[in-house]
Parts: sequence; structure tokens; C-alpha cells
Amino acid sequence: MNQEFALQAINVSKSYANHKALNNVSIEVPNQSIFGLLGPNGAGKTTLIRIINLISVMDEGQVLLNGKAISTKDIANIGYLPEERGLYKKMEVGEQAVYLAQLKGMSKKDAKKQLKYWFDKFEIGSWWNKKVEELSKGMAQKVQFIVTVLHKPDLLIFDEPFSGFDPINVNLLKDEILQLRKDGATIIFSTHNMASVEELCDNIALINNSQTVLSGEIHQIKEDFKSNIFEVAYKPNTRLNLPHGDYSIIENYDVRNVSYAKIKINNGKTPNDLIKNIITSVNVVSFREILPSINDIFIQKVSEN
Amino acid sequence: MNKILLIIQREYLSRVKKKSFLIMTIIGPVLMAAMIILPAYISDWSEATEKKVAVLDETGWFLEKFKDHDNIKFYYVFGNLEEEKQEALSENGNLLLYIPKTELNIPVNSELYSVIQPGLNVTAYIKSVMKQIVENKKLLASGIDPEVIKSAKVNINLSTIRVEEGGIEKKSNTEVEVGLAAFAGIMIYFFIFMFGVQVLKGVMEEKSNRIVEVIISSVKPFQLMLGKIIGVAFVGLTQFILWIILTLIFVGIFQSGIFTDGNSAMDMIGQNSDLMKNASSSGVNPAEMVNEIIGGINIKVMIFSFIFYFLGGYLLYSSLFAAIGGAIDHDTDSQQFMLPVSIPLVFAIALSGVILNQPNSSLAIWMSMIPFTSPITMMMRIPFGVPLWQIWTSMGILIVAFIFSTWMAGKIYKTGILMYGQKVSYAIIWKWLTKKY
Repeated sequence: MNQEFALQAINVSKSYANHKALNNVSIEVPNQSIFGLLGPNGAGKTTLIRIINLISVMDEGQVLLNGKAISTKDIANIGYLPEERGLYKKMEVGEQAVYLAQLKGMSKKDAKKQLKYWFDKFEIGSWWNKKVEELSKGMAQKVQFIVTVLHKPDLLIFDEPFSGFDPINVNLLKDEILQLRKDGATIIFSTHNMASVEELCDNIALINNSQTVLSGEIHQIKEDFKSNIFEVAYKPNTRLNLPHGDYSIIENYDVRNVSYAKIKINNGKTPNDLIKNIITSVNVVSFREILPSINDIFIQKVSEN
Repeated sequence: MNKILLIIQREYLSRVKKKSFLIMTIIGPVLMAAMIILPAYISDWSEATEKKVAVLDETGWFLEKFKDHDNIKFYYVFGNLEEEKQEALSENGNLLLYIPKTELNIPVNSELYSVIQPGLNVTAYIKSVMKQIVENKKLLASGIDPEVIKSAKVNINLSTIRVEEGGIEKKSNTEVEVGLAAFAGIMIYFFIFMFGVQVLKGVMEEKSNRIVEVIISSVKPFQLMLGKIIGVAFVGLTQFILWIILTLIFVGIFQSGIFTDGNSAMDMIGQNSDLMKNASSSGVNPAEMVNEIIGGINIKVMIFSFIFYFLGGYLLYSSLFAAIGGAIDHDTDSQQFMLPVSIPLVFAIALSGVILNQPNSSLAIWMSMIPFTSPITMMMRIPFGVPLWQIWTSMGILIVAFIFSTWMAGKIYKTGILMYGQKVSYAIIWKWLTKKY
């Protein structure tokens, strides 16, 4: 029994008629964390998410929830927002939300009470008696988000949660996701929006061609992928002189009366050595290490394969 | 189990609350009641107004031969055609019958003038009177006494009596049975199609709205499919029961409200149908006869089997429709799959003439055993009397068939509903059926 992880998928494999969707994929999602499931289109993310939700059946492997094999009883304890999501167009918003909550096992009374809280919070109380077809896409997405989290599940799975939202509502949603983690939930989300991954995720896994190609704590991954590049900003009227071999200038450009240089350190030299070399030739404005963005790592790993 | 009830409830309520359900529920009985009442009402209305027919007979053969009949009054005029025509037709609704002199001395041509189209009853009566008189004259001319011919004519009454097991004899009448059988068969066809297609549309709606994955993260796809099928079945039963109740109410209202002059609607219907005319002329009380015939058909068996075959046929077909709805992406794709599935139903209706003619032929028996045609064909056979073992066998086969088809549909459905943008063919569906997912 390992209580450290809310969810573990161990060596999960799954084949469809024509191709292998997942090949020995493993992920470990620590308790009360936000976990980013990344990968290009068709990599197998949705398949893995469907297996965790018991919508699809895996061919081999194990999925453990709080250390125990996942079963249909756990479904009430998972909130799932699929990528392909929608609502009954002809049904009223409130009635429909209550119905979906009841399917998750909530009582009608409880569902109504919770819905009132969330509708007030999102300031959409006036939509209760509207039909879904009268709502805009973004409005419908809000209702769907509420329905996903309404029954207070311990595990939340969002597949592309930000698609269809305007920037204001994306921020609203991010705040809610962070609040949910604070309240004790574990969150898995799959997205192509790398900026939101950097902002929200504690851990990530990168799936490509049906396999996990990278996983771990997000800062650790960035450390692992950094390539000793530093950015120096200096007064433009001076010329940067560096010994060849030890350092290589990758980029050098001016922006609004400041010159910038991206410098890679080679041959076991340290940042301190670099600083010593710089200050002799230019007037430094700033100095910082360039860490690779998740976007860069994503593109690098995917093109490697 | 609790969740499947929730689904059934939603499927049921969302349909029953629709305006189209309300409209269908009212229009159906209105049409049915109209079918029963209107013929009686129309003939009553047309016969209620008195018509006067002026007879201008140039041959002299038919003088005083036309007797007043129902609401048709005859009187004889002897003037000039144009003048008489003008005078006779000046009064609304009156007619002028003109029988011109002929060279051959046998008047076979006549002309009937009127402002409005004369009713069938008028023309039929005039024709029959003229025919009889001319025939009699011709017979006399050939030296045959018309009385001899008349006395040689016999009227054959053929009562068909079915001997049931145990030797109970029941008087039956083929006309009533054919009507009832055809009606029951068509109703089954109509109900299976109407509600089967509702299942298809419902599944497609869930798929194209993309709500299906939200729901199957809470319930199993099979539960969702079954919940929908059962929910719609209850809608069908509700509609059926409401139709029967409302039809009876509407007929009742017409009976008491419109025919207050002592002629009830049922009496009028009685006068109109040939069956009842025969009955009256042979001195049997029509009402008694109807009771006897309906008693012979065993109305309880009819209602029970109608509900059974509606449900059985509906479950069989709606599960296939659900599988189709789950497999396809667009409305336009539905045609290629709908057609082969609905052919047996259409086939059963197309052969209804043959079945009604020969309800116990081997074709009829086979079609009432094969589950795809049995709901319609068996309902068409039951009013004529079907051995019990055949009914039980047919019902048993139908139950097995819909259990199998539901199971099969479940497999296609659960794979299909998560497939978007894929062109589905029979080969792909076969793969879904045979491979585990």
C-alpha cells in the first residue's frame, strides 16, 4: 500500500484493431498535486484517461487508486471532464446539472444545494431555467466544469479544460483548479497549452507514440534539460569580448537601448567564470540563467522520437 | 440499477414533455375518432336534406315507377326539356331526370340534371329502378314471366363458424376480422418505426452533442442504451393507452353531442356498413351480431398480444437502431444502415394482402415465427384464430431474438459512441462485434 500516490498506472498497454494505443505506459500522480499529461495529438493521452475512468478496458497493466486496484465503486469519487464534451441542448441547465450529479450518485437535494453554491460563485444563477441551446459555448463549458467538480471527488481529470474559454474565464478556471488542490483534490489534466502547464503543474508525464518518454517533477525536469545558457543584458555602446572555446554566443541582439546576449558555457566553466569575463568588457545590466520552457522540452523530446 | 432508473426517467420525461408528444397524442385519437364517426356523420348530413327529382319521361315506361326513397322525392313533369329543367333546378338541390325517346324503343340512356353533384345514393337508386323495369320488359318480350325469374333467385347467407379446441363454436365474420387484422398490423408497424426511430435519434443526439462521454464516465454504456430503449418504450405505451382512452372519449362526445335526434353514432355506423345491412335484412339485431363477432375474436388475446408484439418488436428493432445510431456520425450515413434493418418490416406490410387472404398458409406461419416479421404478421393472423402453440413459439423466438440483438447492439454501441469522424462500414462494425474492446 503506497498512500503517497493518489493514482498509479503501471505498465498499461492497449491495442486497437489497427494500432497500439498505449505501450507499457506508467504514470504516478502524487496526492494533492496537479499532474500534467502531455503529448502530441494521437499519442494516447485520451486512451489512458479513458482507461483510468473505466470507459475503456486495458489489455495489460494495472491502475491503482490510493494503492488499490480501481473498480466501478471508485467512479463516484472521480470527476471527469472529457475533451469531447457537451450537454443535452433541449434540456434546462439546472435540471440537466441535477441529472448529471444524480448519475454520479448525489441525492437530488444535495445536488441542488451544491449547484446553488457553484452557480452563485460563477455568477450564473440566472441561467438555471435556460435551455442549453440558448447558452454560448463558453457558458456551456462553465456548466460542465461545475458538474465535473460538484460531487467533490478526490480525483479530478480534465481533458483540455481550457478549450472554448476566453482568457478571463481561463484565469477563473485556473484559480478554481488551484483551490481544488488546496482543498485536497488530486488533479490530472491533459492540455496543449504549455503556459498553463508551467503555471499549474507540479508533475508531468510526456507521452509520445504510445509510450512515456518523460516524467517527473516539473522543476527537476527543467533542471535536467537545462543546457548552461545564460542571458546577459548590457549597455550597447560596449563590445562583448569572450575567450573562444570556453563560451559560445548563441544569440546577440538589441532591444530598446539594451543589448542582449545568450551565452552557452562549455568546458566545465562556471557561471562565476562567465561573469568575470563579462565585466571586463561591458557594463552589465542584468544576468540570468535561461531554463528551457516545457514547450521547448516538449518539442525537443517529440522530435527526438 | 438506481442509475438506469434515472436514465429511464429522463428519457421518458424529456419526451413526454415535448410539444410534439402532446400534438401526436391529440391528433392520433382525433383522426381515429374521425375515421369512426365521419362516414356516419357525412351520410347523415347528406341524407338529411330532402331532394326532389323531377322526372321527364318521354318513353312513358317509367311513369309512377320511381317511388319515394329515403329522402328522395319523385314527381313527374311532361313539358319541354328546357322549360322543365329551368323550373326544376330553380329550387336549390333539386334534380331533373330526363329519359329521351329512342329509336330502338329500349330506353337505356338517361340524363340527370342538377346544380350540385348528386350523391351516390340518388344515382344508384335511379339506375337500379331503370334497370329492373327495362329488364322486366325485355323478359316479357321474350315470353318469360319476370315472376319466374324472381322466384328462382335465392339469397345465400354464408355464416363462417370457427370450431375452437374443445368444440366451442363461434360465429365469425371475415370482414370484421380482416379490418381488425389489418389495423393491428399497421399499428404495430407504425409504433415500431415511430419509437424505434426515436431511439436512433436519441443516440445520435447524444453522440453529436458530445454528452455521451460525460454520461458514460458515470454509467456503463449498456445501461445508457438500455435506459434509453426502456424509457422510449414507456413513452410508446403511454401514447398507445392515451390514444385508446381519448378515442373512446371523443367518440363518446360525438355520440352524445351531435346525434341527439335519437340516431346514435353507432347506429349510423351500423347503417353504413354492408355487414350491418346484411344483418338487418336477415332480421338479426346488428348490435347483438357485433357482440357475437367481437366475442369470437377474443379481445383480451388481441390486446395482450398487441402489447407483447409491440414491445417485443420494438425492443428487437430499437436495439438495432441504437447500434446504428452509435456507429454513425451523421444523419446522412444512417440511410445505408437503416434500409437493410427496415426491409423486413416493410416486407411484412407489403405481404399483408397475402397474409390476410391466407392467414394459415405456410408463408404466413413462417413469417409469424421469424422475429423480424413476426410482430406484424402474427398480429394480422390472430383475429382469424391461431393455435396457441404457434403464438407461444413465436413469442419465445421473439424474446430470444431481442435478448440476442440487445446484447449484440450493446457491443456495437459502446465502441461506436466514442468514435468520431470515422467512416463506418459493415466491415468495421463486424470488427467491433468480434474483437473485444
